Amino acid sequence: MAGWTREFAMNEQAQASIGLDEDADRAVSLWGEALGRLLGNRAAIISLILLAVLLLASVFAPLISPHTIDAVDWSLGSLATPPSFRGSHWFGTDANGRDLFVRVWAGTRVSLLVAILATLVSVVIGVGWGATAGYFGGRTDHLMMRFVDVLYALPYMFFVIILTVVFGRSLWLIFLALGAVGWLTMARIVRGQALSLRRKEFVEAAEVLGLPPWRIIQRHIVPNVMGTVIVYATLTVPQVILFESFLSFLGLGVQEPLTSLGRLVAEGATEMETAPWLLIVPSVVLATLLLCLNFIGDGLRDALDPRQV
Amino acid sequence: MSAPLLEVSHLSVRYALGRTSPWNQQRSVLALSDISLSVIEGRSLGVVGESGSGKSTLARAVLGLAQPEAGEIRWCGRPLQTGDRRAMQAVRRDIQVIFQDPFGSLDPRMTAGASVMEAIAALDRPVAPDEARERVRCAFSEVGLDWGIANRYPHQLSGGQCQRVAIARATVVRPRLLICDEAVSALDVSIQAQVVNLLRDLAEQHAMTLLFISHNLAVVRHICVDVAVLRAGRLLEFASSETVFTAPTDPYTRDLLDAVPDPEAALRRRARHEAARP
Amino acid sequence: MSLQSHLLDIRDLTVDFATPQGSLRAVRGVSLQVVQGECLAVVGESGSGKSQTFLAGLGLLAGNGKAHGSVRYQGSEILSQGEAALNAVRGPGIAFVSQDPMNALTPHLKIGQQMTEAVVDRGTLSPARARERALELLRFVGINEPEERLSQYPHEFSGGMRQRVAIAMALMPRPQLLIADEPTTALDVTVQARIVALLAALRDDGLGVVLITHDLGVVAGLADRVAVMYAGRLVEVGPAADFFSAPLHPYAAALRDSVPRLGVKTSRLQTIDGQPPRPGEMLAGCAFAPRCRHAQAVCRTLIPSLQVLESGREVACHFPLARATAAIVADFASESVR
Repeated sequence: MAGWTREFAMNEQAQASIGLDEDADRAVSLWGEALGRLLGNRAAIISLILLAVLLLASVFAPLISPHTIDAVDWSLGSLATPPSFRGSHWFGTDANGRDLFVRVWAGTRVSLLVAILATLVSVVIGVGWGATAGYFGGRTDHLMMRFVDVLYALPYMFFVIILTVVFGRSLWLIFLALGAVGWLTMARIVRGQALSLRRKEFVEAAEVLGLPPWRIIQRHIVPNVMGTVIVYATLTVPQVILFESFLSFLGLGVQEPLTSLGRLVAEGATEMETAPWLLIVPSVVLATLLLCLNFIGDGLRDALDPRQV
Repeated sequence: MSAPLLEVSHLSVRYALGRTSPWNQQRSVLALSDISLSVIEGRSLGVVGESGSGKSTLARAVLGLAQPEAGEIRWCGRPLQTGDRRAMQAVRRDIQVIFQDPFGSLDPRMTAGASVMEAIAALDRPVAPDEARERVRCAFSEVGLDWGIANRYPHQLSGGQCQRVAIARATVVRPRLLICDEAVSALDVSIQAQVVNLLRDLAEQHAMTLLFISHNLAVVRHICVDVAVLRAGRLLEFASSETVFTAPTDPYTRDLLDAVPDPEAALRRRARHEAARP
Repeated sequence: MSLQSHLLDIRDLTVDFATPQGSLRAVRGVSLQVVQGECLAVVGESGSGKSQTFLAGLGLLAGNGKAHGSVRYQGSEILSQGEAALNAVRGPGIAFVSQDPMNALTPHLKIGQQMTEAVVDRGTLSPARARERALELLRFVGINEPEERLSQYPHEFSGGMRQRVAIAMALMPRPQLLIADEPTTALDVTVQARIVALLAALRDDGLGVVLITHDLGVVAGLADRVAVMYAGRLVEVGPAADFFSAPLHPYAAALRDSVPRLGVKTSRLQTIDGQPPRPGEMLAGCAFAPRCRHAQAVCRTLIPSLQVLESGREVACHFPLARATAAIVADFASESVR
């Protein structure tokens, strides 16, 4: 095994040296070409910009506000005050007198963090599982995918509730639970791709070169499914955010004083009649986030389609 | 008389087709049935037949990509355990393959240079990056490719160029047997001729024997010394090229030869036909 | 000059494709005519523009393609007309059979349905009559037990049979002109021979046939006239017998010579050095000059235009092979043939 690793390290170096060879044409990056196509998609570009703005806002905006997420402002006449630019509470305050501006951005940070980490977990496990099942086929594939089927059938909410009751409501548990479910769909998708790649002649050529299965999966199967994986990952992130929001709505999400967009929406819903801004502001941010991610996902799917040359 | 490089005895290969319903039997088709032939070093063998004849299955069985149901394959006198990956590792360097679809046989996410490099990394003793790069450069010039395209991806190359990359990848480790599975069938006519000549030249230069699988009998005539004719998984004829093409014993072979579109013969036939018309 | 009116009259056709890299010109000023009862073979390799020439007239170009020039069917202009006008011509006028029969046939519909739907929808035939005609045509293309076959799906047919079904389907509305794009590629030789015979029979019946192919063997068996295209331009047009015995354009000659022939065993196949230019590549002078054995300085700077010779043949070359052909004719006669 060590021998293979050494040889392939040399292989990478040698390939890189071809890449730098002056006599050879400059290497055209496949990702670069895809990026070019993506940049041509207006909806995707606007969404990317908006997403970047939201991201930056979630990190830096609280710095410009004098408030913190849990400090109660006793100086106000009533606890829940509407948004105003005159005071320092630009988004208003909630029923406990806490500044909404800072809370919304903190919530956005948490939602995004949870979603991205959970998606990463599901990508890593899902791609590994699916590529292996699809490549080996036969009984291995059968067993691996039946396992996925069984997990799919489990009442998921039940599972998460039990976990939260047993282990408490920690942030790590949340994203582990979310990732643990997300990988199932990813595995199915990757397995389908891997099955069709398996029949391709370049994979057979790699076998004829004597490459071991794990090497073939790593060098030939996974890179060729990454396009699809990336697209589904960007479409998984909104799903995870929504799911986390749902958990928060049920009271099972992140714990105080941490907050997430879902929690904010849940809290806002209870005050809907008296303090509508508590529901509107986090909902608008959440909806914008989800829309942007969906447009970016769509754009990526078009950009990464190899047939569009 | 040199010993056979490759010997196939009573080889049968079956493909499973899946069931039509959970209660039916697993359907299967016998792609090859009791095939016996041999390849002598230095004498390129042509395997001809139509679709469904099993000629590609023969290639896959020899390469270990399909498992035989019965029969034996021997390489240089020793039995070839095609099901055992580690055992096959020993002969991988000696037996290589070129497939039909030039674009399909290269990884779309690897550059031309990288694809050839992979063969060196996989099948040769560890070499330094610079030496490896030089060998890839030599391989490119051997197959008539401009080094400038080394960083291009398959979709940026023509069919002929892709096939040359595939040939470079297969021959850079100097195999003793090169299996060409319909290697020129998907190429334009003028490129076909170039690649056919290239394969002949390489075979001569590097003491490589070709196992040339094709439905194009005219091309087989040009390249191969021995010919095997397959039909529906069975071997009908196995003799020297001269014999099969000038004095075939099997009526199917004769039908096959008659059906080959030969421009002059076709023109003469038409001239006669036109003359006979009222 | 024949008194028959042209079935298809293409004049000065140019086809451009808009790509991120700029505009690619796939067809450059092509003019061709097809009459009834004749088979015109359009020969060329990938990137020569042979398929795009005919797809343009039928309005079947890809979204980013634009055609200029004129394509007339039975005298009326069809290039860049609206879908309504084109639909009137497609089917009962011009039928198109594409290269991959699996693409022409809908996988989830039965053959009978697919064959009859076009004529029944138009109201040309009643469902019963349409079915009768479908059976008739299936028999004509050599498919046994047509009644059974009508209720089968495309995947239940072999490649050769699918191609024959595609041809039968194209013949349902009784077209005047059949355009077949690489109809025999990917088919076994015995099946190829049958398809060629079938197309010949149709041609003899009065159908105009355009055969787009790079397979010269098929051309020899079927074509009355041959038009050779290279890099989007016509380089030679003339009777098929003349093309094979005495080609005028160096590319046509080299193409004819590079086909491996069964009866002749030579040590090396004749090849044309180099590669065809990439589709849309702009070249100064004759596109074939870099690969031509007879190229002179003028060939690299001036694009030769298509000239009509006294024999009626057309060639686009500054130095057509007139004298050289006499020698080739002699060789043909003396070579030993099986």
